[in-house]
Amino acid sequence: MADASTPFRIKGATGDWEVVIGLEVHAQVSSNAKLFSGAATTFGAEPNTQVSLVDAAMPGMLPVPNRECIRQAVRTGMAIDAQINKWSRFDRKNYFYADLPQGYQISQLYHPLVGEGAVEIEVGDDTKTIGVERIHVEQDAGKLMHDQHPTRSYVDLNRSGVALMEIVSRPDMRSPAEAGAYLTKLRSILRYVGSCDGNMDQGSMRADVNVSVRKPGDEFGTRTETKNVNSIRFVMQAIEHEAARQVDVLEAGGTIVQETRLFNPDSGTTRSMRSKEDAHDYRYFPDPDLLPLELDDAFLDECRTSLPELPDVKRARYEGLGITPYNAQVLTAEVESARWFDTLLDAGAKPVTAANWVTSELFGALNRLGKSIGDSPVTPGQAAELLALVADGTLSGSLAKQVFEAMLETGDAPGKIVEERGLKQTSDTGAIEAVIADVLAKNPGQLEQYRSGKVALFGFFVGQTMKAMGGKANPAVVNDLLKKALG
Amino acid sequence: MTALTDLGIAAIRNGVRDGDFSAREVAEAFNAAVAAAKPLNAFLVETPEHALAAADAADAARAAGEVLKPMAGVPIGMKDLFCTKGVPTTAASHILEGFTPEYESTVSQNLWNAGAGMLGKLNLDQFAMGSSNETSYFGNVISPWRRNDGGNAPLAPGGSSGGSSSAVAARLAPGATGTDTGGSIRQPAAFVGISGIKPTYGRCSRWGTIAFASSLDQAGPMARDVRDCAIMLEAMAGFDAKDATSLDLPVPNWEAQLNASLAGKRVGIPKEYRVDGMPAEIEALWQQGIAWLKDAGAEIVDVSLPHTKYALPAYYIIAPAEASSNLARYDGVRYGLRDLPEGANLQEMYARTRAEGFGNEVKRRILIGTYVLSAGFYDAYYTQAQKVRTLIARDFERAWDVCDVLLTPTAPSAAFALGEKSADPLAMYLNDVFTVPSSLAGLPAMSVPGGVDAAGLPLGLQVIGKPLDEQGVLNAALALEERAGFTARPAKWW
Repeated sequence: MADASTPFRIKGATGDWEVVIGLEVHAQVSSNAKLFSGAATTFGAEPNTQVSLVDAAMPGMLPVPNRECIRQAVRTGMAIDAQINKWSRFDRKNYFYADLPQGYQISQLYHPLVGEGAVEIEVGDDTKTIGVERIHVEQDAGKLMHDQHPTRSYVDLNRSGVALMEIVSRPDMRSPAEAGAYLTKLRSILRYVGSCDGNMDQGSMRADVNVSVRKPGDEFGTRTETKNVNSIRFVMQAIEHEAARQVDVLEAGGTIVQETRLFNPDSGTTRSMRSKEDAHDYRYFPDPDLLPLELDDAFLDECRTSLPELPDVKRARYEGLGITPYNAQVLTAEVESARWFDTLLDAGAKPVTAANWVTSELFGALNRLGKSIGDSPVTPGQAAELLALVADGTLSGSLAKQVFEAMLETGDAPGKIVEERGLKQTSDTGAIEAVIADVLAKNPGQLEQYRSGKVALFGFFVGQTMKAMGGKANPAVVNDLLKKALG
Repeated sequence: MTALTDLGIAAIRNGVRDGDFSAREVAEAFNAAVAAAKPLNAFLVETPEHALAAADAADAARAAGEVLKPMAGVPIGMKDLFCTKGVPTTAASHILEGFTPEYESTVSQNLWNAGAGMLGKLNLDQFAMGSSNETSYFGNVISPWRRNDGGNAPLAPGGSSGGSSSAVAARLAPGATGTDTGGSIRQPAAFVGISGIKPTYGRCSRWGTIAFASSLDQAGPMARDVRDCAIMLEAMAGFDAKDATSLDLPVPNWEAQLNASLAGKRVGIPKEYRVDGMPAEIEALWQQGIAWLKDAGAEIVDVSLPHTKYALPAYYIIAPAEASSNLARYDGVRYGLRDLPEGANLQEMYARTRAEGFGNEVKRRILIGTYVLSAGFYDAYYTQAQKVRTLIARDFERAWDVCDVLLTPTAPSAAFALGEKSADPLAMYLNDVFTVPSSLAGLPAMSVPGGVDAAGLPLGLQVIGKPLDEQGVLNAALALEERAGFTARPAKWW
């Protein structure tokens, strides 16, 4: 990646261009039920098995807000220091489409639940604040399948009515990398809060990407919106492609048409979906089936106190414990890792040692095994025990590695492995002295050379002693006793 | 002995309870009346077995010495806007023809829980849009009344609850459910000489009731007299967690607290309800109503509701706006009519289904609603209408500073002949001029018969009350009813 201090620029024939990016992220609220019905929301269910009478828009059916969905959106707003609106209102967004059984989507256009907030991102060594304009709560639509039958479209209403948070950023991003960092950070926050699982491949988080280009310092250019991009990498690709396309158009003397585009992951390109002229005439008005949403202080207090320690705060705390900024960043990036590490600390592990061990040994091993921290074969409790065995001298560094490997294989506790395999380090001076005497006796030539000045052979004697003790001798004690024995 | 079908809800309840007759006899009598009244076209579906089953349950409960439920043994008619499990429900539209819900509306369920049985599903203006019951896909309902001028012009039973009004007035049912969006309980009640109350918005759950205009729709009872309305409303009302606009309040014991003495009460007479061209008979009835309430002990005060004249235009923006959205779900995809010609695409299927499925009045309102909500006109129409609505509500709030209830005529005329106004939508909309303001404000309001006009047709008086003060409305209506002594009834010609 380019040096962050150099702004991202697209080199055009007429000079440098700047890209302006805003993102509308749709995050599916983690809840057991839909926004306005009691239907379930499990991913991957058989089509139309999670549809209530309300979701199917049967005659006379009415929406009733699901308190948990509201709570999660409020907590998310709080996590990005946003204004929480104690009074918000649901609007109907009317338009005909077969994936919308009611003929309208219930959303919050005029009075969103969450107002202005911000997300801090890091790109290279720079930190930057990306403004969030609002978070509103809305229903997801159903899914249309056009390829199942020659003349018919099939409708799956399982997702219809699922609660989404639409998180609308300000056009504050200036490079694909910044957009990527924003999405990564946002996803991390959502996962910390537990308001969205952030699984983009399952569609529970997706982004509409607004891109325009301009000569640095100029007014904003006309933007296009690329819909429903479902991975961070694709978002960055879409921006890159769309920005370059816009520059090409402008440099060729054309104008950018405000339009909706689609991203093709196979080609990494965007194409026009519909232009403003044939865009839907959405008809909005306050949903008369729903009263305005009014939140009381007790509810807001409960939301606030239920918030976990968030990534930035946690990271600062780790650094305060002496953990390096790099390790602190690695440990806090994903909530699962941070939770794992916190449990490890709670079990009594020393922060710095523990951080080094987790980021190198544990993450290395998990990488190798292709496992996530969530399904680590080693529990934080077992890791704490392992680190304690190193700290109290029971295990040497190399023994600890052996024990760890065995832990990964068996899932057994380190104490059990040490016992069963006799991997305990010994500091028994008598036993070590006896072995040293034996080593010296067996290697008279080397002893002779050492004594005549070839002190580099000290390492040879250490090695021989350790080998004779099966690697279990305390290296410090071996060193001390060898020095004594060699005079 | 009086025929069983001449009895109202209270009389049937008491008679069954006291063993004067069995609930089955009552159900059989009404079932027979329904079956014999086809010319009125009041019923879309007859469900005699439902009425009999409820009756048998009531008789069994009585035989077992149980305390009877509040409406045990009372068969009623159900407006076909209420979804009824296993019974076709169409809202009198072609687009829902053949639709049979797998669920029961909260209001109808409440009534069954109270022991009532169902005689059948009642005809109405299509999707409750109309003031004369001439917009039903299944044909007009005919009022049982005839003018005494010797002419036999079929008269409108009012709308949209025209099947309900006709059935109750013709003694086909002791009571029926209605829904009122801009007057659809009160105006038909007035046209046929029965009583009907629209409670405070939120008293009756809208769950399972086919929506017309969500912020206005409210269910209520239509029956022979005030007491019967009180009994039936108690059974219908109640908090429902499935309706987010439902009021989380206990249901008062309205019947037990009926009291026709208005001593200490102040009745407001809104001067703006004296409209141009109002027949002298309506004006005279209104004056008579004022005298009756004075006689009941009330103090009469003049009040002003200055925004009244804007109520009808505001209503005919808000109601169609909501309707255009509420009716979007009828798209031919999941239930009801689907018109998919060979080779047609999705767009064409929508267009064909909706063109076929909706009647002219429904289409007119969908188009008006779509227009007033469209991006360029939203502020000019919808936002403006909502402001008017707020001002109208404020007018009423100010009125409550000086009075407890308001007295007005229910409708600007007696029942008109079918076809008389159907070519002129604006003339038709004027029928709602007295009922719409209280609907916009969500207030309880009731119509009771006050007398007849020169042609012998009933005229209604309307009592409008404060939010949640159904008791005040019922009491004032009872005072009117006692003094009016309205006993006129249509001759049986069908």
